[in-house]
Amino acid sequence: MRAELLAYLRTFFAEQSVLEVDPPSLATTSVTDLNIASIKAQMGRTSGYLQTSPEFFMKRMLASGLGDIYYLGKAFRDAEQGSRHNPEFTLLEWYRVGCDEYQLMAEVESLICGAFNRLINSKLIVARTSYGDCFEKSLQLDPHTASLESLQITAVNQGYKEWANETRANCLDLLFSEVVEPSLPKGLLFIYDYPACQAALAQTYKDEKGRLVSRRFEAFLDAVELANGYFELRDAQQQSQRFNEDIILRKRAKKPVMAIDRNLDQAMQAGLPSCSGVALGVDRLLMRLCGVSSINEVLAFPWERC
Amino acid sequence: MGNYSTNEFRSGLKVMLDGDPCSILDNEFVKPGKGQAFNRVKLRNLKTGRVLEKTFKSGESIEGADVLDMDMQYLYNDGDFWYFMEPDTFEQHQATETAVGDTQLWLKEQDTCMVTLYNGSPLSVTPPIHVELEIVETDPGLRGDTAQGGSKPAKLVTGATVKVPLFLDQGDVIKVDTRTGEYQGRAKD
Repeated sequence: MRAELLAYLRTFFAEQSVLEVDPPSLATTSVTDLNIASIKAQMGRTSGYLQTSPEFFMKRMLASGLGDIYYLGKAFRDAEQGSRHNPEFTLLEWYRVGCDEYQLMAEVESLICGAFNRLINSKLIVARTSYGDCFEKSLQLDPHTASLESLQITAVNQGYKEWANETRANCLDLLFSEVVEPSLPKGLLFIYDYPACQAALAQTYKDEKGRLVSRRFEAFLDAVELANGYFELRDAQQQSQRFNEDIILRKRAKKPVMAIDRNLDQAMQAGLPSCSGVALGVDRLLMRLCGVSSINEVLAFPWERC
Repeated sequence: MGNYSTNEFRSGLKVMLDGDPCSILDNEFVKPGKGQAFNRVKLRNLKTGRVLEKTFKSGESIEGADVLDMDMQYLYNDGDFWYFMEPDTFEQHQATETAVGDTQLWLKEQDTCMVTLYNGSPLSVTPPIHVELEIVETDPGLRGDTAQGGSKPAKLVTGATVKVPLFLDQGDVIKVDTRTGEYQGRAKD
């Protein structure tokens, strides 16, 4: 099934004239994200990091004018292991020049529905909703405008009393994972307009209600997080500001401080074309296609046996 | 006792939670791709037996509990306490009625039980899965009436009452499953 799925994915992109690229898995720098830990690799006296995603290299390629590109290969994240996580996993990441996040969501939908149709001859129910709407439906609270205090109180009321002093992003993650996610419908669900504090590298804008939200979306398959996409931030200055904020948060959380990727910064200053990009967990898609609930069942050698 | 970080959590680990010793039953790693990682943990409070769920931020650590499971021989009950002995050191431990709980219904002298020690004193006692106990009180046996498969209550030497087939009599020794309190068969001598 894995071989069939990989072949299907490559055919899908070949038909769309999206170019396969092969960026490095090992580099001198890595992401600054507070919640993504890179695995350090030692090479003689120098060290590098196994890449948590090919995003930075792919953006350098986009800035150099390569056009629509995709990567299908391995990514690595430290300390992620569980029924849906393995430290080494297969990632599909692609960028579409001149597309916004809605056009990209449509492409994600046709890719996933195509896989279900081709590989297991089955159909999926597809729906879309905004982060604000599904959060409010479960918790009767507007995640964009609620005060930090009311989010903390809600978290505590859910029975997590140590959460009274957590940050906005952590309270939202907790409430979303513990309360909203279990209530999501079956099938393929796109959730868009993520909170501005969780924009990562997506652009932000004011929605129709005047709330600042990020142009970020996620795809959930049977309530399991499957893909994460952005209408990409292009402002080099804003990006380096976000990286610097990450570093402050890392220092505060006593996590290793990551150096900012200067090559990416230069590429951003030279100019990233207007584009959207998305990363999809291939192992999770495979789990659903095979009807299994543990990632170990779709890996030939899960970490415990490596 | 040292502290345990969430990445050391596994089922069977004994930790302190809100001042009570707990045993981890289940530990699930939850992480939104870009977000904070959690450990959703199911624990059993070893004092009350209640099962609770709790979500920790990954990387947090909690205090370990000085809890030890040990096989011991049941000696006797003096009316206030139940006495158990470590088979290797012959050291004796006295367990309170709260610690023994319903297990007292299955305790026969010299049987080996699992005693859970917390800070050195018995917190709970788990009886062997199967025990052999003598019937001390039941209606007279009815020979030849076994085809109906009927049953009657029988009081055992430890005070427990179990349902037994009609043909059994006072003085018979039977085998009981302590998890369900059900009759398993006659003890073979």
